[in-house]
Amino acid sequence: MSLDPLILSRLQFVWVVAWHIMLPAVTVGLASFVAFMEAMSFFTGREIYLRISMFWTRVFSVTFGMGVVSGIVMPFQFGTNWSRYSDATANIISPMLAYEGLTAFFLEAGFLGVLLFGRKLVPAWAHLMSALMVALGTLFSTFWILVVNSWMQTPTGATLVDGRFVPVSWWDIVFSPSFPTRLGHTVAGFYITTGFVVLSVAAFYLRQGRFVSEARLMLSVTLWLLLALVPLQIFLGDASGLVTLHHQPAKLAAIEARWDTGSRIPLTLFAIPDEQEATNHFAIDVPVLGSLILTHDPNGTVKGLKDFPRSDWPMVIFPFFAFRIMVGIGLLMLAIVVTGNVLRRDDRLYDHEWFLRVCQYGVPLGFLAVLAGWVVTETGRQPWTVYGLLRTADSVSPSLQGWNVVLSLIGYIVTYATIFTGGYAVLSRIIHSGPATQQEDEQVQSGRPSSPVRPVPGE
Amino acid sequence: MVDFVPIWTIILGVGIFLYVLLDGFDLGVGILYRFAPDATARNLMMNSISPIWDGNETWLILGSVGLMAAFPLAFAILMPALYFPILLMLLSLIFRGVAFEFRYRDSPNRTFWDHGFAAGSVLATFAQGIVLGSFIQGFKVEGRHFAGGSLDCFTPFSLLTGACLVFGYTLLGAGWLIMKTEGDLQRRARHWGLMALAGVAVAVVAVSIWTPVMSAEIRERWFSWPNFLILLPVPVITALLALWTWRAIVSETDEYAPFAGGILLFVMSYIGITISLWPMIVPHQFTLWQAASSPSTQAFLLVGTLLLLPVILTYTAWSYWVFRGKVRGDIGYH
Repeated sequence: MSLDPLILSRLQFVWVVAWHIMLPAVTVGLASFVAFMEAMSFFTGREIYLRISMFWTRVFSVTFGMGVVSGIVMPFQFGTNWSRYSDATANIISPMLAYEGLTAFFLEAGFLGVLLFGRKLVPAWAHLMSALMVALGTLFSTFWILVVNSWMQTPTGATLVDGRFVPVSWWDIVFSPSFPTRLGHTVAGFYITTGFVVLSVAAFYLRQGRFVSEARLMLSVTLWLLLALVPLQIFLGDASGLVTLHHQPAKLAAIEARWDTGSRIPLTLFAIPDEQEATNHFAIDVPVLGSLILTHDPNGTVKGLKDFPRSDWPMVIFPFFAFRIMVGIGLLMLAIVVTGNVLRRDDRLYDHEWFLRVCQYGVPLGFLAVLAGWVVTETGRQPWTVYGLLRTADSVSPSLQGWNVVLSLIGYIVTYATIFTGGYAVLSRIIHSGPATQQEDEQVQSGRPSSPVRPVPGE
Repeated sequence: MVDFVPIWTIILGVGIFLYVLLDGFDLGVGILYRFAPDATARNLMMNSISPIWDGNETWLILGSVGLMAAFPLAFAILMPALYFPILLMLLSLIFRGVAFEFRYRDSPNRTFWDHGFAAGSVLATFAQGIVLGSFIQGFKVEGRHFAGGSLDCFTPFSLLTGACLVFGYTLLGAGWLIMKTEGDLQRRARHWGLMALAGVAVAVVAVSIWTPVMSAEIRERWFSWPNFLILLPVPVITALLALWTWRAIVSETDEYAPFAGGILLFVMSYIGITISLWPMIVPHQFTLWQAASSPSTQAFLLVGTLLLLPVILTYTAWSYWVFRGKVRGDIGYH
């Protein structure tokens, strides 16, 4: 069996990013949620907001720490496994990555410490300020990473000289065509993921009858927020689709498994796409709806894959199915959120066993949607790393041998399996101990205790 | 057109050195962790670095991304050439990094995370030493790419520099502990410091002899006339510093000098390496100017860096000030 370093490097990248992306998916949202709760506490003076904020700050500190250690791996991936990509694109993407690092550092060295450990050291307004700055900082980090990601999808503002990209306009590089909608779609996705985490924890407490007042408040606030965010996300997703239609038609064709160019095209709800025959099996189509959704015009034309050389086709099944999973989850989330708000109107929200159970076990929904969306956009970009300009096959480090990557991939799998299991255990403990155990909390936060923290007194 | 290369050389040179010093002493404390006599001592050692270690490690991200931004050709050649040492370093740092939080919050598995912390510190350091050694030796390059094998970097020389760095970080770690602790643990730290200093002395002498023997260019640089005379102070000062550090460690009263001595020994080694390799960023292949990114890229990043870096440095200094003084069992963050 020959081991292809290209495929293996891609698998390794998938492995390290897939785990990493789930951490910002909660930390970005939690940072804003904590800042929101801190602001509510500051302006209303009600202690319950403080308890909620302190509880989620604990969760945040663990996920943020794991985000940092798994994030250190990322820039090194570019160098070790994708050195030709690095050589070709460094002029463009590396300042963005450096700005991300500087921004994160700016945060970490300053405001995070105050947020986590300084509640008693600084005035209340300064603590609130720190919470806001941490939230802003996570958004800045997202901004820079999405600049890089979007530029790879819709590269503008640079020219190729001797196989390397040279900047022409930094404005066009930063604000590439897919950037605004992609940034909005990602941040909204992160917020919604966090929202469903908060819903789940609140529902868990309500079903157990513990921390009821905190749980009711969390459930209520989050359902209001999600009622705005989920429809907004559907709108942003649609806007993102329009950008893809314009700038990455082959990607859109793969997402929709469209082989022939046409107008008044149907919407394929389900099919088994067959790349060899360039056709769909077992297709369930809704006439005309495809053109209407994709182009906002029933007579709109959508390009098919046959208009592009086969060597430029993505592997259709990945974007096709991942897109359907993402949209399916999105609609399911909409149903949950609408149901919750209807139950609220009828005053049945907090003791509706069936709904609370859905919320409690709905915690993976956001993560799955984020991962599916990521699969859509990254596999849809293939076979390019920089769309239309640099192929993935030409991006991998030329010196790499298959067994090198097999070993490193095993190393990453074992390490991530261990630390994510550990992280899961730690987060479960925090969630099980709940928002009311502030004495333990202060012991940790006012200085590492001399003996290990026991999460539940007397355990 | 302004030449940004010297500015970026200074920024990156200082940044990498800061990383080596800062993560150096906390990795050193991690290396010494397994020699702690009891749980109280382990907690004290951990407490002495827990408020600042993550800030220290962020310099590694800035260093790697900074190298990619300022000298991308070096980044594209070095990283694949150092595939396994980098991998070992990253995996070790991950284990070590999560141990800080997990050993407190996941107490049933505390022993596991303790071992992860100690072993991760040793392996991450050793891997960085291998990076250093193979960097000095140079890499096989064709065009703009590394053309050697992934095991090329494991040579007797790079294993020696690996050991050298383990001793070096241990010295820094011991110096830090002498400064931050008292009583029995401090006495032990002095003992550890002496062992580490002896190891550093032997290893540095070996590296200093081996390097000019190995490379004609480096031999020429150090031993041709009048370079020899001009550069003579470097080994002389290093030797005197080592003696001074030794006396500071055994003095029983001096609490800051051992750490300062460790830092100054690192400064001298860094100067020595710079003299040997200047102006190459891919030794024996590409100069800093040949490996530089486009001036527009360097300028674009410089604006923000000049704005943010001073603030970050001020913060860092301030946080060390906040957590100054002896670390105690019952208090770590205040």
